[in-house]
Amino acid sequence: MVKIEHRHDHTEPPSELELRIKALESLLVEKGLVDPAAVNALIDTYENRVGPRNGAKVVARAWSDPAFKRWLLEDATAAIDSMGYSGRHGEHMKVVENTPKIHNVVVCTLCSCYPWAVLGLPPVWYKSAPYRARAVADPRGVLKEFGTELGEDIEIRVWDSTSEVRFLVLPARPEGTEGWSEEELAALVTRNAMIGVETAKSPKDLGRN
Amino acid sequence: MNGAHDLGGMHGLGRINPEPEGEEPVFHTEWEKRVFGLNVAVGALRKWNVDMVRHARERQHPVDYLRQTYYENWLAGLEKLLVETGLVTAVELATGKATGPAHEETRNRVLKAEYVPTMVAKGVPARMEIDTVPRFKPGDRVRAINRHPVGHTREPRYVRGCIGVINEYHGAHVFPDRNAQGAREGRHLYGVRFEASSLWGENANKGSAVYVDLWEDYLEPAEE
Repeated sequence: MVKIEHRHDHTEPPSELELRIKALESLLVEKGLVDPAAVNALIDTYENRVGPRNGAKVVARAWSDPAFKRWLLEDATAAIDSMGYSGRHGEHMKVVENTPKIHNVVVCTLCSCYPWAVLGLPPVWYKSAPYRARAVADPRGVLKEFGTELGEDIEIRVWDSTSEVRFLVLPARPEGTEGWSEEELAALVTRNAMIGVETAKSPKDLGRN
Repeated sequence: MNGAHDLGGMHGLGRINPEPEGEEPVFHTEWEKRVFGLNVAVGALRKWNVDMVRHARERQHPVDYLRQTYYENWLAGLEKLLVETGLVTAVELATGKATGPAHEETRNRVLKAEYVPTMVAKGVPARMEIDTVPRFKPGDRVRAINRHPVGHTREPRYVRGCIGVINEYHGAHVFPDRNAQGAREGRHLYGVRFEASSLWGENANKGSAVYVDLWEDYLEPAEE
């Protein structure tokens, strides 16, 4: 079953589900269990403050600074914390590096574990049944669906997030980016590349070179 | 438990159909936002832990779990935990009307907006210190024990009975099987590498491996 959360036309009356959630929230507020301002603040945090640009900055620094990269691969939690991106769903981090011979991809087959602190909340496809089912059993087929075709000489390593350790893929630095600043490099780093279903963008993708 | 959530290797689910990265909003509807925020806000009362939350979502009829969207499963789990812990009665949930306020001690712990940044920054570390010596070390061959507990577990079905190699030791972490029962106990946690052929036999992708984090209780030494 493919899960595409359907979007509501705003002229529709509220669905039964929407009413059920509104009723639940007002019940929890009435009982003194929830402050709606805190709910708003949580939504705002993950809509506007914590997202994949955090991870992109980590990757760009690793591409620019060999000492930081070594630290990141040895102790990702501390290295990422030094940039201020630790915390909820980033308490225990591990970074795995793509090389010419190894490609890494991250999944959570049992639920939806994902490194919120560096990537924000996961996209729908990451949480979907087909991705969770197939990433471990047929990673090459999954990558192909994202347009990522890798030769059989490249080993694919799938990381199933069964514990509270969260994984971030360090994509390979694209060619033709010598001398780029961290800020310029970060623009090449997509969320999907840090999950491992794609590679980083090339300068050409940005209209450069 | 062998529920619908344990999806690794399941067939017949079709294509992934990702939305293009640049076009996908964080939330697709207003109600998704509220379900997300309510889950985290009520979770901050610490009446339950992350494994209880996972188990509450898992303990649904498999057909419901697969049919519902992601945040509908979050909603189902939240409603279940609210009633089971007594924060809300079944009658209150059904009518949407409070028959009385929550216990004062609980109300005093309600999450305030100004505490949200601190809560997000602190997180909930799972690392623990324990007295026992780790049984395995990197390079050891291990078998994921063939076990089928009816409660919560983080040993996926697709690794059970399969042989892998310890890739790394993560230290002791909170043990999910017991945490879901309300007991916070540490156990040694390992990253284990399984060759794809060990998991999927002749149907394996060539040149691929799966790394799975497994607690010591899930592992036994494997013969050479």
